[in-house]
Formats: sequence, structure tokens, C-alpha cells
Amino acid sequence: MLTGAAAAGHAALASVDDDAITLRRALRKSRRREQWRAAALVLPLFVFLAACFVVPIGAMLARGVIDTDVARILPTVTAALKSWNGSGLPAESAYQALIADIRAARGAGTLASAATRLNYDEPGFRTLLFATGRQLPDELTAPARETLIGIDPKWGERDTWAAMRRAGGPVTDFYLLAALDLQRDADNSITGAPPEQRVFRDVLGRTLWISAMVTLICLLLGYPVAYVIAAQPPGRAGVLLFLVLLPFWTSLLVRTVAWVVLLQKEGVLNSLFMSLGLVHEPLKMIYNRFAVYVAMVHVLLPFMVLPLYSVMRGIPPSYVRAASSLGAKPFTAFRRVFVPQTLAGIGAGCLMVFIQALGYYITPALVGGAEDQMISYFIAFYASRTVNWGMAAALSIMLLTATLLLYAVYNRMVGVDRMRLG
Amino acid sequence: MKTSEPIVRFVGVEKSYDGITRVVDDLDLDIERGEFLTLLGPSGSGKTTTLMMLAGFEAPTGGQILLEGKSLSHMPPHQRNIGMVFQNYALFPHMSVAENIGFPLSVRAVAAADLAARVERALDMVQLAGFGDRRPAQLSGGQQQRVAVARALVFEPKLILMDEPLGALDKQLREQMQLELRRLHQRLAVTMVYVTHDQSEALTMSDRIAVFHRGRIQQLDTPKQMYEYPRSAFVARFIGENNRLEGSTESTADGRCTIRIRNSETRIEGTLVEPVQDGGAVTVSLRPERVQIHVAGHTIGARRGCSLAGTLREIVYLGDHVRARVALDGSEDFTVKRPISEAHAIPDVGAAVEMQWQPEHCRVFAQEN
Repeated sequence: MLTGAAAAGHAALASVDDDAITLRRALRKSRRREQWRAAALVLPLFVFLAACFVVPIGAMLARGVIDTDVARILPTVTAALKSWNGSGLPAESAYQALIADIRAARGAGTLASAATRLNYDEPGFRTLLFATGRQLPDELTAPARETLIGIDPKWGERDTWAAMRRAGGPVTDFYLLAALDLQRDADNSITGAPPEQRVFRDVLGRTLWISAMVTLICLLLGYPVAYVIAAQPPGRAGVLLFLVLLPFWTSLLVRTVAWVVLLQKEGVLNSLFMSLGLVHEPLKMIYNRFAVYVAMVHVLLPFMVLPLYSVMRGIPPSYVRAASSLGAKPFTAFRRVFVPQTLAGIGAGCLMVFIQALGYYITPALVGGAEDQMISYFIAFYASRTVNWGMAAALSIMLLTATLLLYAVYNRMVGVDRMRLG
Repeated sequence: MKTSEPIVRFVGVEKSYDGITRVVDDLDLDIERGEFLTLLGPSGSGKTTTLMMLAGFEAPTGGQILLEGKSLSHMPPHQRNIGMVFQNYALFPHMSVAENIGFPLSVRAVAAADLAARVERALDMVQLAGFGDRRPAQLSGGQQQRVAVARALVFEPKLILMDEPLGALDKQLREQMQLELRRLHQRLAVTMVYVTHDQSEALTMSDRIAVFHRGRIQQLDTPKQMYEYPRSAFVARFIGENNRLEGSTESTADGRCTIRIRNSETRIEGTLVEPVQDGGAVTVSLRPERVQIHVAGHTIGARRGCSLAGTLREIVYLGDHVRARVALDGSEDFTVKRPISEAHAIPDVGAAVEMQWQPEHCRVFAQEN
């Protein structure tokens, strides 16, 4: 009897379990439709992004670490150098392989690409390769090593061969290290680049500094503006916001060129100051840091004002009133009650301005001097002028990493879900 | 203790936002030391504006406000030393409960140890001991309300203003908080000025009520006086339930008058509240709970002119009382409210009934324009 009851109890429990499983299955089924619908709605944009952004950008960034030119054009010597331990000079077989590869590459007309890559690492390598190619005798009368050292003593130097081995691919950290003013020496350990070649740390530091200054100026100028707009009745706030957003409807290039017109030596401002007798000779206001700050702040200010406004709009006036009824002087009420509640807006505005400023190219290129160029300028320089795609990609990776790092820090501190963009 | 000197005096105070209409119009009001005064009125009646002027967030466009005999005209809010509880509580969301309550003390540069002790005491007072480390968002509506009260009390202001502080709470909690606030007021003997549009709240809590309408105080009285003896048709209508009959006077004598109900030959007698000309249009006000109802012809000892005939249309059972809706000859509806203990005496729906009352409960006002 008792066992019967227990069995019935088990059966009941099992059926409860069954019921739960069926229910869960039904729920999943009913949700699947929704999920498919959502996926179908997102799909076109997803395909577009993948085809036009993710794949090309990924391919571009990959060039910062992929290194196959030398291995492809000079295959046998690359293979031979794999067994070289890096001390002393490579074996005779490596010299023979090099001669064979150079001959083959000259015949195919591909030597230039390999020479360019090797020249990045070791200046003068291009000349060395081409001169060697021209002076190679048709028939070897001596061992390959002696012949080559005879053509150029550089073939008897360890550094030359180390450079060649470093370029053997298929992946390299050469460009990434170079983007941080670092390099590998003959022993394959990381050292600083020679002082006269160090530029990128300065550039990265300058990029961060200019972006930080622009962000700070935007905050100092934008906060009071957002405060005033948020305090207006809705109609007037709309008009003021429209004015803040007005620059958005003009192209970035036009706005920047307008600053050239305003700031140049014979420009509008200088003419005005001269005619007012404020200055006796034209002020230098362009092709320097000042012009970069002015033009960048002008362009980026709306990105600061909008999130601040959005956050301030959500703070009822009763908070500050409460603070003052509790005895806080106006500034104390502002500092201790109002400002802390706008932190999410300050964070969002600063992040937006700073990240955009990091990637600025046109504005500093047009109104800045040589000392005011930011990292994007060098990316463009390597990508289009010297066609050093590896270097362009490595600098891009630096920029992207810095941006993502900042984003992560912000997310950790404030939380992206708390960010209000407008 | 000198009790004659009011703590706050409004003298001819006016306020206009647009330069055309006066939101507050020629306001004279004395607030007695230690009293619980409620400013009651519909929205737009000027009660909140009056409170805001006292707190210092709005400047009067005319007249003077005196706090303990000193003019407040040029005193900013933070120097007035008036505690205020806001409609949405206005608890600072980025501060803990203890920091919120400590805020008025910290801006007064109270030493840390003293501050902590006073915050503890304030938390105890509103039964929130141990909640100091929470954020306002982690508290229920009623708890937030108490924090707001504690914050307004902790710096021991002589005067506390409350702007519809219970509006966001549900009915049960609101009634509980009403009693709690009243007890707090009695214990601390602090002057409280309370704004609400809820007449039952005003009746529950106040020592005195000022009913606002169109920027003016219609009547300033104790809850009982206000309810039993409204002095204008607006007050009668606004406070408590009312049966309103319109008509015109036929004769007046000794504060009594005979009224002919509009669109009917019925005449009733009532107590004149305001002077009315013979033949003038009047509104008659009768509280539903002051009216008895019987089957027609069964009335016992009703005075002439103190009854009306009609047909019982509907009976609504409400647990503690019963409401009967009666259609009069002029087809106007008339409500009668009887305690549940007398429910059995109410005739059936459809019966011809007669309603009767005492003459002093039939109050006659000049018709509002």
C-alpha cells in the first residue's frame, strides 16, 4: 500500500517534470519565430557591414602582422635561413640559395618588392640587393660566400642576414614594434630604435594630448551651454539645440577651410584686429597648435553638448531647489547636487569627443603645422604616399587599440548602459 | 511663551507670471507658531505658488512675507532656514540615505561626529534606523518619503513646508503616512505648512485649513468648522460630498429663507450663509449623510420645508455605508448616504421616497458666477 503511494508520488513528480519540459520546449518554440524575425531584420545591415567594413578593415589590419613578400620572392634562402641559429654567418648553402633566388627574382622582375620590404628594416638593403644582382657573375668561380662578400662586404655582416631572416614571415611584429619606436636587433631581442628614427611615440603622445585638450576645452565650453539650454522652456530649447547642431549640416572640409580663411595671415580676423589697432603686425593663428584646437573644438562641440543636455534635461529643478532649501549656497548646490548627477553625460560627451579626436586627420592636416600632425596623418602618409601598408596597418592597430582601451576603461568606470547620447 | 505673534505673515501678497492674471491675489495670511496649516485647493488655485514664495523659489510681485517679523523679500532660499519636503521627494540619487539626511548639516559645517549622531537620531525618528547606507533608489516610496521628512527636520528648522508629499503613494500607505506626519508634528511642536489638493488628507492632518480658489483664500478654519460650516458654495463643493440644488429665494428672515427649486413647484427652507436678495439665484447644499430616507408617507415629524420627494433609482453597497440615488421631480439626482447599521431601513429600488433633514444642514449660498 505504502509502496503504491510512493510510486504514485514518483509518477506525479515525473509528470510534473515532463510538464516542465514540455512547457520549456513550447516556450522555446514560440520564441524561435521571434528570433528568426529579429535575425531577418538585422541581416541586411549585417551583410553590408561585413562586406564593407569588417572584411576590408580586417584585411587591412592583417597587413600589420602578415609578412610574406620576402618568403615568396626569395623562397630558398628564406628556407635555408630557418636553420641558421643566428650566431656567426649562415652556412654556404644559404649563400648559394640567395644567389639562386636573386637570379630567379631578377628574371621574374619581382626583386623590387622584396628589396622594399628589406629596406624598411635595414636602410640600404634595396641598393645592396640590386647591386648584387647586377654584379653576380654568370658562372661561380669561387664559393658562393666569398663571391657575395666580394661583391659587397655587407654580406659578411651578421646584421644583414638577421634582417633577412626577420623578414622571412609568415607573420612579423616588425611593424607593430616600429609603431612604438622599437625594433629587434641581430640577436632577435627587442631594443629601442635609433634616436634619429624615433617618431611614433611622440606622435602617439601628441595625438593623445591634442585629443585630451580638445575634450577639455569642449567640456568647459559645452557644459554651461548645455546647462542654459536645459533650463529653457521646451520650445526655446529646441531652437537653441538647432543652433548647436547647425554645424552638422556643413561638411567637415568646408568648415575646416573656413577656419583657414578666418585665421590666415591676411585673413578675416587679422584684418579686423589690424584695423581696430589691436595688433600692429598679423598674429600667427594658423598652421600651429592654436588653429588645430580651434577648428577641432568647433567641429566636436556638438558631441559634447548633446549628451550633457540630454542628462541635464532629466534632472528635475527640484533637486537644486531642495539643496538650497536645505541651506546650500547656489554654487554648493550646483557642485554637490547638480554636477554629480551629470557625470554620465560628462563621461559620454568626453568619450565621444576624445575618441573622435583621436582619429582626426583632415583638420590638423589643413590648419596644423608639421609639429601638430596626429597619428591619422601618418597612417595616410604610409598608406598612400610611401605605400608601406604594413606600417599603415600597424599604426591603425595602435589607434584602434587605444580607442578600445578607453572605451573599456569608461565602461568599467561609468557603464556604457548609463551613457546617454542624446 | 508668547503665542500671539504669528511665525509667518503674508501681507497683501500678489504673484503674477504673465503680467495679466494674478495666480495669488492680495493674500493676507497669518501662520501661527506650532500649528499644522494646510493649503487646500484645486490645481491652479495658487496654493503651491504661495508655498514656493514662502520657500523663496518664487518672488512675490507685490506685498510682503514676514518670517518672525523680518521681511523675506531679499533673503535667498538657503538663508531662510525653512525645511521643505518636495512632491517627488527630491532625494539626491547619488548620495546614500545618511548622506542625504546629513546634507543640510554638512553645508552648515557641523562637525563629523555631531553630524553622524544627528543623522542617526533623524533616522530613528522616522523608523529607518539601519537604512543609512542604502541608496534612495533602493527604498520603497514610503521609505523615501520618510527620508525626505527626516532630511527636512534634521537641521531643526522652525518651519517645515510640504508640497503634496504623499501624492505618489498608494491609498493605504498615504493614510498611514498622514497619521505618522501628524504624530511627528505633535511631538516636535514645529510649524508645518502643507499643500494638498486632497480634502480628506487636509481634514485628517490639519489644525487649520486654508481653502484656495482663484488665487484667494476662500475660508480659513479648523477642519470641523470647514466641513460643517462652509462659508461659500465653492468650499461646500470642494470639501466633502454635496447635493446641490439650484433655485431662487422667495422670502428671507432671521438668517432663514424659503427657496423655490428651479423647474419645480417645490419649496424648501434653508439657512442663509451669505446675504442674498429676495428672488436672488441661490445654490442649496445638503450633505448626503445628513439626509434621511423613507418610503413616501412614512415620514416622522419632518419640519415643513425640510423634505423632498423622489423615486429611488439605485442602491450601492459600499461595506461601511450604503448610498442611495434618488431622482427628483426636476429629474436631478440626489444622493443619500446611510451608515450600514441603517441599511435595512432603506426602501426598495423604484419606491416613491421622501427625504428629510434638519434645517441647519440645508445651507444656502449665493450662486457662483
